[in-house]
Amino acid sequence: MKAWLILEDGKVYQGESVGAERKTVCEIVFNTSMTGYRELLTDPSYAGQGVVMTYPIIGSYGICMEDTESDRPWVEAYIVRELNRTDSNFRSEGSLRSYLIKNNIPVIQGVDTRALTKHLRESGTMRGMITFGESVDMDACMKEIKAYTLPEVVPTVTCSEKYVVGEGNKYNVALLDFGTKRNILRSLVNLGCRVTVYPAFTPAEEILAAGHDGIMLSNGPGDPKQCGAIVEELKKLIAAKMPIFAICLGHQLVALASGFDTYKLKYGHRGANHPVKELSTGRVYITSQNHGYVVDDKSIDPAIAEMSYVNVNDGSCEGVRYKNGHVFTVQFHPEACAGPQDAAPLFNQFFAMMGGKN
Amino acid sequence: MPKNPNIQKVVVIGSGPIIIGQAAEFDYAGTQACRSLKEEGVEVVLINSNPATIMTDKDIADRVYIEPLTADTIKKVILAEKPDSILPTLGGQNALNLAVELEEEGFFAEHNVTLIGTTAETIRKAEDRQEFKDTMEKIGQPCADSLVVHNVEDAIAFAEKIGYPVVVRPAFTLGGTGGGIARTREELEEICGHGLQVSRVNEALIERYIGGWKEIEFEVIRDGAGNCITVCSMENMDPVGVHTGDSIVVAPAQTLADKEYQMLRSAALAIIEELKISGGCNVQFALHPDSFEYAVIEVNPRLSRSSALASKATGYPIARVASKIALGFRLDEIKNAITHKTYACFEPTVDYCVVKIPRWPFDKFVYAKRKLGTQMKATGEVMGIGINFESALMKSIRCLETNVFSLRVKEIMELSDEALAKALHLVDDRRIFVIAEALRRGYTQKKIHDITTIDLWFIDKLASIVETEKTIAENFNVETLRRAKLLGFTDKVIGEICGRDEDEIRAMRYENGIKVAYKMVDTCAAEFDAETPYYYSCYESENEVDPATDKKKVMVIGSGPIRIGQGVEFDYCSVHSVWALREAGYETIIVNNNPETVSTDFDVSDKLYFEPLTPEDVRNIVELEQPYGAVVQFGGQTAIKLCEALDKMGVRILGTSAENMDKAEDRELFDRILTQCKIPKAPGKTVFTCDEAIAAANEIGYPVLVRPSYVLGGQGMHIAFSDKEIREYIGIINRIQQDHPILVDKYIMGKEVEVDAICDGTDILIPGIMEHIERAGVHSGDSISVYPCQSLKKSVQEKIVEDTRNLALALGVVGMINIQFIVKDDVVYIIEANPRSSRTVPYISKITGIPIVKLATQCLFGDKKIPDLGYEYGLQKEQPTVAIKMPVFSFEKLYGADISLGPEMKSTGEVLGIAYTYEEALIKAFIGTGIRLPRTHKIAITVKDMDKEEVVPIAKDFLDLGYEIYCTAGTGKYLAEHGIPNQVVKRIENGKPNYIDMIVNNELDLIINTPTQGMETNRDGFLIRRNAVECGVHCLTSLDTARALVNCLKNANGVDLSVIDVAKI
Repeated sequence: MKAWLILEDGKVYQGESVGAERKTVCEIVFNTSMTGYRELLTDPSYAGQGVVMTYPIIGSYGICMEDTESDRPWVEAYIVRELNRTDSNFRSEGSLRSYLIKNNIPVIQGVDTRALTKHLRESGTMRGMITFGESVDMDACMKEIKAYTLPEVVPTVTCSEKYVVGEGNKYNVALLDFGTKRNILRSLVNLGCRVTVYPAFTPAEEILAAGHDGIMLSNGPGDPKQCGAIVEELKKLIAAKMPIFAICLGHQLVALASGFDTYKLKYGHRGANHPVKELSTGRVYITSQNHGYVVDDKSIDPAIAEMSYVNVNDGSCEGVRYKNGHVFTVQFHPEACAGPQDAAPLFNQFFAMMGGKN
Repeated sequence: MPKNPNIQKVVVIGSGPIIIGQAAEFDYAGTQACRSLKEEGVEVVLINSNPATIMTDKDIADRVYIEPLTADTIKKVILAEKPDSILPTLGGQNALNLAVELEEEGFFAEHNVTLIGTTAETIRKAEDRQEFKDTMEKIGQPCADSLVVHNVEDAIAFAEKIGYPVVVRPAFTLGGTGGGIARTREELEEICGHGLQVSRVNEALIERYIGGWKEIEFEVIRDGAGNCITVCSMENMDPVGVHTGDSIVVAPAQTLADKEYQMLRSAALAIIEELKISGGCNVQFALHPDSFEYAVIEVNPRLSRSSALASKATGYPIARVASKIALGFRLDEIKNAITHKTYACFEPTVDYCVVKIPRWPFDKFVYAKRKLGTQMKATGEVMGIGINFESALMKSIRCLETNVFSLRVKEIMELSDEALAKALHLVDDRRIFVIAEALRRGYTQKKIHDITTIDLWFIDKLASIVETEKTIAENFNVETLRRAKLLGFTDKVIGEICGRDEDEIRAMRYENGIKVAYKMVDTCAAEFDAETPYYYSCYESENEVDPATDKKKVMVIGSGPIRIGQGVEFDYCSVHSVWALREAGYETIIVNNNPETVSTDFDVSDKLYFEPLTPEDVRNIVELEQPYGAVVQFGGQTAIKLCEALDKMGVRILGTSAENMDKAEDRELFDRILTQCKIPKAPGKTVFTCDEAIAAANEIGYPVLVRPSYVLGGQGMHIAFSDKEIREYIGIINRIQQDHPILVDKYIMGKEVEVDAICDGTDILIPGIMEHIERAGVHSGDSISVYPCQSLKKSVQEKIVEDTRNLALALGVVGMINIQFIVKDDVVYIIEANPRSSRTVPYISKITGIPIVKLATQCLFGDKKIPDLGYEYGLQKEQPTVAIKMPVFSFEKLYGADISLGPEMKSTGEVLGIAYTYEEALIKAFIGTGIRLPRTHKIAITVKDMDKEEVVPIAKDFLDLGYEIYCTAGTGKYLAEHGIPNQVVKRIENGKPNYIDMIVNNELDLIINTPTQGMETNRDGFLIRRNAVECGVHCLTSLDTARALVNCLKNANGVDLSVIDVAKI
């Protein structure tokens, strides 16, 4: 079956449908990781997005539940050069193709993904439609694409009820789930934390009343400015002088709560090779990234905070350290999965702030 | 941390001659690094004995010492140049060892020279077996356990500790024989017992067996501040057990999930951090295919073959970055030279797949064992880039130039089922073709995996190609064609499978819009806009190449993989031609596929197409670029072979025309021209069959030289003394597919002389005449070549110049010509003429100071003549220095290959000795090849009857030098009769102790052994030569070489060797 990707600027890419034949409209982004599709597909930060993989052979090592970052794939659509027909890996539980079909994810193969990536790089992230059939009715499709607005996705990906992981561990951490990746939990639990995962919209009072040693704010999808209600709650949490560590969307929300601004990058940072420099030491770490929005470093009030990490490639803000001494946030993903583990010691830093000994 | 201001003048140590395991990659790395150092205003002093390299050019380094790579040389250069630093990480293992030696001696400290790029401690930690194990243990990185044992009990105790299976490797046995894999205590008792017995030193290494594990490599870079990145991961298609240099390697790693990938990446970073390397490093892992268990196999704290491959595979210039780090820069201070926007501190990500295939010399060494193992055998490699594994593999198969264009190999497809089943168990260079055939005959992927332990992922990719072959044969239509092109089939192969003509397939493609597109290698998978014009082809929708330019475009055809007969010299020529063209204002396009070379560096030409050198691949580029012309005379035989095809495509061949190229090869035309020029040559005939060859030989009279036309380095060339020998040779020649006739010539035993000349269409320029030490019959590439000629009369030299001029003009040469002559009784005969650049061009250029390739390139267009370029016609003035080029061999790596010299080239590389006297130059050249004499003052001599008289004065000289002479009975008797006292050693069959024992016990300094003529392998002689090579005893098979050596030894005493900066010539 022919599958089509139609972009909001009228560009059309044709390929072969190898996933679910479900028509959809979403934001189209590209990811440059060469490994880690298992983690990436199930990362809730991709909710509502159609992901283009720049690496041309995807699916080589099959699927394995242990390597997933949540219970289901969140990408809205998947666009690849070639979906590998076999899976060869000792932990593979089946082919990627059947997993995607089972989870109703549309997949296009045979697209000139490099041409598509270049187009997104030049024209910026944009909306697109994935549709099927021998031909397409461009006018109708364009109408539908234009009508599409980016939804608020945090409510979709956050947990519905709070739950606890690492029962029995000494340090009590509250994790606000804006679409958390499992490895944030694993990282904390492995350090010796008892983690209570709260739905994104939990009132600050409830969390503060529970007597936690620290608060972790997770990654998540979408535009931080759509999360006004959460930002209000965060203000109260920050005021409580408890150690706070935030990643990705969490980092952006703390910035908004502190009166700083965020803006949308032309085509985002999505991949496993992004260099960030720690400004206090000059050390550079290779990090896993997945974000379309960033904190505007010019908006940071020097009386309140300072930029702590910067992206070596484009100079954008990768982390903020707050002068109150108990809050630090990063844009990149120290929990990796997929990607390099170079920044994992940040969890230890948070653990130490709670009084934990590494 | 910006550049360290204390670094102003750096000594760079090169890697020396090309040998198996050390090819052009160090020229690539060294050249890139030297340019990177100079960019920062650092003065570069280079030491390298290899004259064929680009790094030894005065354009690349400020001071150039083409001297033997010894501690003594380095000391002298340091004393003369007074550098502040020395960089040893660009010259392979040898350079590291030299650096450690001098550091430990305190020489660097004494002369205020700082070791940069690494420290002696780092080198020791990585290289010393025990220190390495201890270091890995300290940081919790697992190694495969091993222990040296001298008895079976220790072996068993150790095996029980680490668990079975274990590998037994007896020390010092021929070709590693006598070892094996023991899975139980009983097996270990048997194998180890036997192994200790066959080991001459009663020693064996017991090692944990990790055969069949995945072999994964990472290239890592660290700066002085501790910032670390990995440039590239690579996965060997051949699991652990085959040397990575002999493995098919794919980049990036394909079968690892992110978990395994990050586990190994983190381990690689931990290792480089612990070793405190400032620069590049290669880490090799073995990963259990069914668990997370892994072992660190090896760490190379320097640039390597893998780093060159990683650079070309990703576009990330590792040598450039590593040398900046050595100067004190941090990764985040170095610009990414590809994007010009981002920094060197990031990890490249690719959006294609890269496959490397080694180029093995088994076409030259037909008797060498093809089995692959832990000893590398390949002389070079090729790389294919594609948007899928299949096309990358198919491209690299074509790049090998072995007359194979897909997975279909005739001999293998003709194997009986039984033979195929057996072949599947062999680990040799033909394994992928055997697997493909097994798939064709219905073997399941699982079964093939069980036998070969190759990952199913790779087997499935081969299956995908084989399935497509079947569809092409059975159901050929546009869709099949589209699919076949996507997977890398050429039109020719598709045509062969479906029984159509290549042109017909191409027409069908064009009609259906199935056309090639070129994509850029940009280090970042298109995330950033890149400016580097480094391209590969694929069958995709969007072409990224913009052919528009206001300049005239010239395409330079490269020389493909490094192989015997076509080495780094041709890359030197291609690169210089490109540089000359760029200087003259042309837009240059280079087409080549060797990842180890300078020519495929991203900033050498205006555009680089990393592609196979077949007519179809080149045609695609021609159609897009529409170049003004193509240059074929600098890319060796590879480029010459494309001449006709390019001509047919309507591409202007710059310089000597396609038609005239053919004249030198076409026997009849060539003979006619020789007659016309009044140049004598040995009588000869062109034949097509064995019977015709025998008839011709009898007519001309034995001995005769038999060879196929259109060959490299004397491939398939032999001196025959009888009908029987001719029959045997023709058999071998026919093994290498032959579209061309066979030449039978009278063999004249005279002095061989060689010239390279530039012809501008009006007259010629000869930089110098070279004379060979070995008489005709030894291939020119294997002969010691002396410049200027030492024994030719003025009149003979004049005749050579005259013949060269007449022949060049008669052949219509514009550009380069190389001619080989034989001089006998002052008569000059011609052996052959090649209207192209040759392997002697780089060295003659360097020692005469004449930019030969540049001048030749400038002459190609016809508008400039040699006098316009500031040079005079004719033979140029002799230099006061004598330069001697000496061949270097890699026989110890090729088990089963006979080392005796003959008309077929066998050397892999060369060194140069330069001095103001002939004697000193010769001493330097011998030292450069690794000969260190005297040591034990014992020499063994065994020569064939024909040579007995001639060997007497040589033996006498050795005797006078205080050598004890050992001989086999025949030679001994003859020498004794002629007043040379000697001791007779037993032949092998006469019991112990015999000849071989003397070799193995390291008693001998030297062996002179001239083999019985003919193919008939004299078992004794062969075994003597093989044992000598494998035990590191020098063995000379030509009396001319022996004479030169003994003369050299006579003069060596007390000579204080000079060091000469050739950049001043």
